[in-house]
Amino acid sequence: MNTTDTTTSTNSSPRDRVTGTPFTRGLGVVILAGMTLLIILGIFVSPADVNQGESVRIMYAHVPGAWLAYLAFVVTGISSAAYLWKRTRSLTWDRIAGASAEVGVLFMGISLVTGSLWGRITWGTYWTWDARLTTTAFLFVTYIGYLAVRGLGGTHQQRARRSAVLALLAVLEIPLVHFSVQLWNTLHQEASVAGRGTDVEMDGLMLFTLFLGVVVFTLMYVWLVLHRQRSLALDDMLDDSGLDNALTARRAEAQGVAR
Amino acid sequence: MNKPPQNSSPKNTSLKNTSTVIATARLIATKDLRVELRSRVLLNQVVPFSLIVMVMFAFALDSDAVLERVAPGLVWLATLFSVLIMVSRSFAVETADGALDQLRSAGVPAMGIFIGKTVALMVQLLVLVTLLVGAAVVLYRAQVSWSGGVLLVTTAIAATCGLAAVGTLYGGLAAGAKGRETLLPLLLLPVVAPVLIGATRATESAFGTNGIAISEGWPWLGLLAVFAVLFSVAGAVAFGPLLDD
Repeated sequence: MNTTDTTTSTNSSPRDRVTGTPFTRGLGVVILAGMTLLIILGIFVSPADVNQGESVRIMYAHVPGAWLAYLAFVVTGISSAAYLWKRTRSLTWDRIAGASAEVGVLFMGISLVTGSLWGRITWGTYWTWDARLTTTAFLFVTYIGYLAVRGLGGTHQQRARRSAVLALLAVLEIPLVHFSVQLWNTLHQEASVAGRGTDVEMDGLMLFTLFLGVVVFTLMYVWLVLHRQRSLALDDMLDDSGLDNALTARRAEAQGVAR
Repeated sequence: MNKPPQNSSPKNTSLKNTSTVIATARLIATKDLRVELRSRVLLNQVVPFSLIVMVMFAFALDSDAVLERVAPGLVWLATLFSVLIMVSRSFAVETADGALDQLRSAGVPAMGIFIGKTVALMVQLLVLVTLLVGAAVVLYRAQVSWSGGVLLVTTAIAATCGLAAVGTLYGGLAAGAKGRETLLPLLLLPVVAPVLIGATRATESAFGTNGIAISEGWPWLGLLAVFAVLFSVAGAVAFGPLLDD
């Protein structure tokens, strides 16, 4: 994992405190190109749906966004486990977990809102209590709690251990919530909402645009998490150097007094 | 307390640890319950709070028919809200004089502390749930038959066990330092959703609400039991690391 040089000397140039590297710059160009293609295909070129009309275009943002959110949370879970396991313990895993959770919460929010709007247009309702949607909402709130716990303060190691345990508890709890809501829903024999996003016959171009969306969003996720975890590393270094500076200043004072 | 003899054999060490954990759990549980008996915070503050919540529900829902139908849900909602207060109280007892930190630095096994506090919380929750069911019978005209009563008691035990385990676990995280108390509801409520769903459905069967048969409640008990076991084990393991801050 590329990190910037750890230098606190006054000789460090601004370039040392940037979180970009040639890899991320190249990746960024690829993402921009892909995103442009996605927008062109999604909004202008791909056909409107037979049933849903133009509103199907929301799918090109909603589905990749939701996929991204789930991916982000899986990565948070794996990184948390990697931190807790002694052989791979390193604060980098903690920062990856935190960065991934932040990106995940953002995209989960986007996907919930776009899904809500799409549902309103297509099925006339903003919300429904089916298992997947309810579990998604729970995941959203759970990770907001996770981010709140990350902000509790203390040493880097305390923060890392606390949030890692919390993330693993969330991994335990989410399937349980999903299962309970599913059981609960089978009680109410309400007319189920027609398959969200499970269109069996999709026009080839629509399918391609969807997959392009997933790929571009995944690359964007990688780019965001790389940058964010580096900026978290810089934050941690700032905290550490702040402490070192304070200690140095106090020692200098003490020596001044001793004379 | 008897000091266990110094013995480096691994088999003896694990046996020694188990008995230490159990002894610690018993000590902590009796300590918590004794504190409650003498201070009567549960009786004087939490129970009235939960009864007020039940009354408020009546104001909000404003219809006898609706109240009778949703009585099981209201009982468990009131319980959930009370759990938040009870967990805060349970850990305020420890952090008031830094007792928790001192327990840990004295080498008391965290698993023992977890089990002890969970058992004490569960006992208090059982008392609360019993009173709330009584309130539902009185206020919302719920009805409990004998066979429904068996289901109800089993549900209460399974649900309160799960709630106590999760509450103690997240309470340990949220205890102490400023800015943490407000975290507890945010962290706890999403996690206990399965308990709310399972306990409410089982209680509906026990009350016979909407003509639901009692036999339909027992599968939900399975869900509650799984939750209780899962989080008791997870809590026993995770409590130590969470506490060592």
